[in-house]
Amino acid sequence: MGSQHLDFTANVTEALADRQLRANFKSALTGLMKKRVAVLPDAAERERMRDDAEAAKRKALAKLPELLERLERRCTENGIIVHWAETTAEANEIILGIMRSHDATKLVKGKSMVSEEMHLNHFLESHGIEALETDLGEFIIQLNHEPPSHIIVPAVHKNRQQVGRIFADNLEGIPYTDVVEELNAIARKTLREKFRTGHVGLSGVNFAVAETGTLVLVENEGNGRMCTTVPPVHVAVMGLEKVVESLSDLPPLLRLLTASATGQLVTTYVNCITSPRKDGERDGPKEIHLVILDNGRSKMLADAQLRRTLQCIRCGTCLNHCPVYIRIGGHAYGSVYPGPIGKILTPQIDGLADKGVLATASSLCNACEEVCPVRIPIPGIIRRMRTEAYDEKGDGVVKGHGAKKNLLETLVWKGWELTYRIPALNRFVVSMLGRFGDKLPNVGPLKAWTSVRTAPRFASKSLHQLAKEEGIRHE
Amino acid sequence: MSSTARDRIFARLHAARTTVSPYVPQGGTWQAPMLDKDQRIELLKKRMETVRSEVHVLPEAEWSAKLVELLKVREAKTLTYGHDAWFGGALRSKIKGKGMPRLVPYGENAEAFRDELFGIDVGITSTLGGIAENGTLIVWPTPQEPRLLSLVPTVHVALLKADTIHSTLAEAMREMRWAENMPTNALLISGPSKTADIEMTLAFGVHGPKELIVLVLE
Repeated sequence: MGSQHLDFTANVTEALADRQLRANFKSALTGLMKKRVAVLPDAAERERMRDDAEAAKRKALAKLPELLERLERRCTENGIIVHWAETTAEANEIILGIMRSHDATKLVKGKSMVSEEMHLNHFLESHGIEALETDLGEFIIQLNHEPPSHIIVPAVHKNRQQVGRIFADNLEGIPYTDVVEELNAIARKTLREKFRTGHVGLSGVNFAVAETGTLVLVENEGNGRMCTTVPPVHVAVMGLEKVVESLSDLPPLLRLLTASATGQLVTTYVNCITSPRKDGERDGPKEIHLVILDNGRSKMLADAQLRRTLQCIRCGTCLNHCPVYIRIGGHAYGSVYPGPIGKILTPQIDGLADKGVLATASSLCNACEEVCPVRIPIPGIIRRMRTEAYDEKGDGVVKGHGAKKNLLETLVWKGWELTYRIPALNRFVVSMLGRFGDKLPNVGPLKAWTSVRTAPRFASKSLHQLAKEEGIRHE
Repeated sequence: MSSTARDRIFARLHAARTTVSPYVPQGGTWQAPMLDKDQRIELLKKRMETVRSEVHVLPEAEWSAKLVELLKVREAKTLTYGHDAWFGGALRSKIKGKGMPRLVPYGENAEAFRDELFGIDVGITSTLGGIAENGTLIVWPTPQEPRLLSLVPTVHVALLKADTIHSTLAEAMREMRWAENMPTNALLISGPSKTADIEMTLAFGVHGPKELIVLVLE
């Protein structure tokens, strides 16, 4: 799973040619960038918040095994059943097992990127279980059989007319409308019925607090609260990097997550779940399961640079600020996590052979690192992915390291190195290029390069020669 | 299968510690400003109104009269509440007669009450406090006042005592000793349900309440 062949170049070409898509992304992301600045107007205060948020996440990673053990212990004491999954396939089986033990066939889902990583909906549907997305954006694209194109606003690539058509085509008895309020009302009516009758509710986790065994979920719509309160069983899924040490770590993390994600001061709901329904309580699930997924994360922890990938709180602001993402959108990446964070996360999970190409889609402009609320050094890790893909020194650690290594490129670089080490060779090559450089046959990589760029002209004389002719003895 | 998966995951996590000695930067540098009582009420009101909550600051004795007025305007047909909430008695004595909604106490388990609840117009709850910095209500549902009261009805009315408004979330967590007694479900509510998933156009009441009305009692 996740290893389908990715033709990134074809995806990019297609996305760049789609004017509607580019317009939808540009207008939405420009808005999100402005809102972020508006809600974090004081740069000094923002940097103090980032200090705290970064410290909280790095502290948690430094003590990860202890904190996960404490989280498991506290959750178990509170009555939450904890499961561990090494792979997405294991996590899917665990959830299927929970559904089957309750004879449940209807799952209502709050937004969860980990469940996307697991391709959970597809898996459950292949076992006869309806897995319904209830976040409005996720609901829209699920009806249209598409994956999300953004971590936070999954249907950002659609405009209101496109949403209206999706609803009219897929929901029974719904006429076409492109009025946003009416579209929301249609979703409300359809989904409230599903909440009322769902057998199991599924959610992600934004922060899991080890100190108290509390699962913290943030959202604006209320569908997350519905999924975690109305059905008799709640299943939460999280990557193992979501744990934080204590409740006091939350205020700066919550503030920055919300500000970075949607430019708000706070989300409508912060939902802190610590136990299933207790005796005497009249609502809430009677059973809560927490599925903790590894899927390559524990391996990232073993490398001082790569582990910083695990600081990510999935705010999506690096996508909004990325000059590449803004132009090609999320689907072109062909992966669950698009944009800058996806360029470092996806190759580490799926391997450099299949997804290493994503790390090439960066101008290393550093915008992502500048805005990251937890200061992940994304450009540095992108370069690491590129280096590992060739793995010249043979000390790579990422899955598929050395996948792009090939004899031709190795020879070219070796030749380059020798040309600069041996003066006689340098003189020879420079003079040959001066004479024949402009007549190189336009094939292979050269053709690809010049298809969108003007080929440089070679000077007939080198700088050395010119200097000599000018009579300069000491350059 | 699951326990061996656990063992293997922890083996890798523990092994990672021997290869990396992590640098952890110093935190604890950010603090939102602390405010006096009037400032807290003022900021909470301002923040909540920005996200289209309706906030009325009034003397405690006047809340039920205000509620009558609000319900009349909305022509509410049904109102649900916790029978044993501190305001339950007052509610039963004031909300009756012509033009007033029928009172439906949340008296049963959700399984029995759910279908009726999804058709109710207004839910009213108490709150444990407020947070000025973000314009937030602190709601810890109880057996008397279950979780769905603040989520399912079309309108959520919340009663907030002015002297329980904190300056910041961090202060509220400390003073209420969250770490020592987390409830089944602790909620921070900062407005009506909303979404901007279609063209980033803000719309209210997508799944939960379309309106949040806060009565701040002095």
